Amino acid sequence: MWQQLYSELKSENFMVVAVAEESRGNETARPWIEQAKPEYLCLVDTEHLVAARYGMVNVPQAVWIDEHGTMVRPPETAGSTDHFRRMDLATRTMAPDDMAARLAARQAYMDAVRAWVRTGTYALPADAAREALPEITPDIAMADVLFRLGLYLRGQGNMAESAVHLAEAARLHPESWNIWRQAADLDAIGNAGGAAFWQRVKSLGDRPYYPPPDLPGFKQVPV
Amino acid sequence: MTRTILTEAGAQTAPSGDALWLSAADALRITGWELKPEGMCRGELCVPLPAGMAKDGQIDLAAFWGHIGAPLAHDAGGTVWSLGTAASERRQSLETLEAPDFTLPDLAGAAHSLSDLRGKKTLLVTWASW
Repeated sequence: MWQQLYSELKSENFMVVAVAEESRGNETARPWIEQAKPEYLCLVDTEHLVAARYGMVNVPQAVWIDEHGTMVRPPETAGSTDHFRRMDLATRTMAPDDMAARLAARQAYMDAVRAWVRTGTYALPADAAREALPEITPDIAMADVLFRLGLYLRGQGNMAESAVHLAEAARLHPESWNIWRQAADLDAIGNAGGAAFWQRVKSLGDRPYYPPPDLPGFKQVPV
Repeated sequence: MTRTILTEAGAQTAPSGDALWLSAADALRITGWELKPEGMCRGELCVPLPAGMAKDGQIDLAAFWGHIGAPLAHDAGGTVWSLGTAASERRQSLETLEAPDFTLPDLAGAAHSLSDLRGKKTLLVTWASW
């Protein structure tokens, strides 16, 4: 997806930086990156520093940054939708209409990026960009500190204490799927998408998992 | 036992000591805050220190961190400390709309900074395997 966009736009003063929020590190990220055959920049962020600095709470989220280094669209969902929440969990299949709608949303997101790169469309004025910034509360700031402590202790082999800090981080920042899912994945690969994940998604109720960006082609998916 | 101090700049070590009392030199090296006659200073900003927070060239960094409203956590043994940035400071920094800079490695280990891309429109996007 990003390679296609980069190929089309690279001669138009455009760059993609894809950051893997991947506490397991390089060797976990590598096969995914190699499969994408990227010409753009792919970086590995074992401590989720980028998520913390930008107040990101899920993947994929994207920020549009202009030539001056100014955020013209703060973090928002980058082309993904909540159609996955309607899948049949027994067979793990999605209805054809939902598959099509999901694909259309991805195309709509890429169209919006193309329009921005070529004509500046959809870049938010400063006031609107500030409005769209994520909230950073003291609990969120503490969650990031605990997350880093938990990761470090895990690296030292102190699993029991690590788990306590990671769980507390997730509790303090309940909006962050990044923290919860990364911690679940560190417990065991697959846990980030397991039964506890689906239970947590279900408990969102009417709230979105992937909040739709304010761009053409996006609206909240009823679940 | 040496102490490990985690900041956004990574893990750094300080000599053993009581809780998070550090020498002024270690505090400066690890946090960027410098002990001066007027208090603890970073750049233009100086924060006066309440009585007892510094003595004999040592700083109670845990107390100072609380004093400036910044988050801090440590392991049960008090040998690993994690220091963060206050929510209000992070919020103010975001409100400038200047994209927060970072430096991270690619798969080959080469470091790249976001700020190297000034002059290009950049799509910064996250993903994960999990």
